[in-house]
Amino acid sequence: MYQFNWRPVFDNFDLLLKGLLLGIGIAVLALAIGSLLGLIAAFGRASGPRPIRLLVAGYVEGVRNIPLLLIIYFVYFGLPLIGISVLDNLWSFVFALAIYSGAYLTEIFRVGIEAVGKGHIEAGKAIGLNRWQRIRFVTIPLMFRIVLPSLGNTFISLFKDTSLASAIAVPELTYGAIRINVNTWRVIEVYLVVGLLYLATCYAIAGGLRLLERRFAMVR
Amino acid sequence: MDVVITSGPLILRGLLVTLEVSVAVLLLGTLIGIAGGLLLLYGAWPLRLIARVYVDTMRGIPQLVLIFAIFYGFPALGLQISAIVAGILALGVFCGAHVSEVIRGGVGSIPRGQMDAAQGIGLEFAQRLRYVIFPQALARILPAWVNTAVEVVKASSLVSLVSVVDLMMAIQQIVGRTREALLLYAVAALLYFAINYTISAIGVRLEKRYAYT
Repeated sequence: MYQFNWRPVFDNFDLLLKGLLLGIGIAVLALAIGSLLGLIAAFGRASGPRPIRLLVAGYVEGVRNIPLLLIIYFVYFGLPLIGISVLDNLWSFVFALAIYSGAYLTEIFRVGIEAVGKGHIEAGKAIGLNRWQRIRFVTIPLMFRIVLPSLGNTFISLFKDTSLASAIAVPELTYGAIRINVNTWRVIEVYLVVGLLYLATCYAIAGGLRLLERRFAMVR
Repeated sequence: MDVVITSGPLILRGLLVTLEVSVAVLLLGTLIGIAGGLLLLYGAWPLRLIARVYVDTMRGIPQLVLIFAIFYGFPALGLQISAIVAGILALGVFCGAHVSEVIRGGVGSIPRGQMDAAQGIGLEFAQRLRYVIFPQALARILPAWVNTAVEVVKASSLVSLVSVVDLMMAIQQIVGRTREALLLYAVAALLYFAINYTISAIGVRLEKRYAYT
């Protein structure tokens, strides 16, 4: 019969807590970089010339059909082997996750841009905004309010995906679990606590997003 | 290019394991999902509650954590389990939660009148589902299910982290030996892409076939 012993887990709780915070930090960074990527790609796809549209389509379809782990390995193991070794494991992961999320965010933003009413753009034209100003002051603010719920879901997915960082020894929550497990062999206790931490964080984020949505979201 | 040819058999074996794991996970996940979805819709309240807790719990925990928990946890409880079975079980349980929601959404979107009418002509519950509800719900379930299938193939790469030699692990091993990272990762990307693109293409055909208006 399995004997529960929670001490080793709670003695090392700071490892888990730090890992959790790091995971959230990574998810925020990846979302920020990915959003920038996605925004550029979405506008490229919506109104760029044909080669750019094809390039964006290739990026989106390519990335969405291959595993995140492969992108991580490519950035972390692959790039140094071809002479690009400026990223440590943490930044390799942030970069990989940003590329990955960028593809999903491109699709989200594309739909959002299409959902901005023609009337708003025409109104922008009528008050004399140029093309760039219309994008900056009309399309983007409205689009963000439209895609806010999808953006929130993407953030939760990204947070869960940060668990893959343990594969390249980034000390986030899952890696903390692996280390405690290796040192103390309290398997069941560790994974119960870590599972609960992930679950609680996901629901906390979801709750926060719902508040944000109530304030800003525009469901059309 | 020589590397790819000489290590072809290894890559192929990995590819087969990836396909094997994916198919097993999808089968398990779909079975759980049908049961879960029906419980969410028609179960007595304690069962409905259990199904709800299961679905919402699985959706808040990373797949990798589930794989580790089963792979390391089962032996600790005295149950011997191989890495590949642990992976299939963990991903299958995760996939089942997603499919449960897909089924609930698809079946739940069929108007109540259909169920009532089927009851009116004297069909039993199983018959009502089999002959009236499922054929209509299929068109609404398929797109989301195909999406799930693509996600499963991608997630199957995680079993490499518990030392199953799937496509990802095979590629990693060959990269470690030959240092031909760029080429081999490109091959892996192409293979994963080919699998998922095929799934999506089949999905589109099936959707057209089962679409009803």
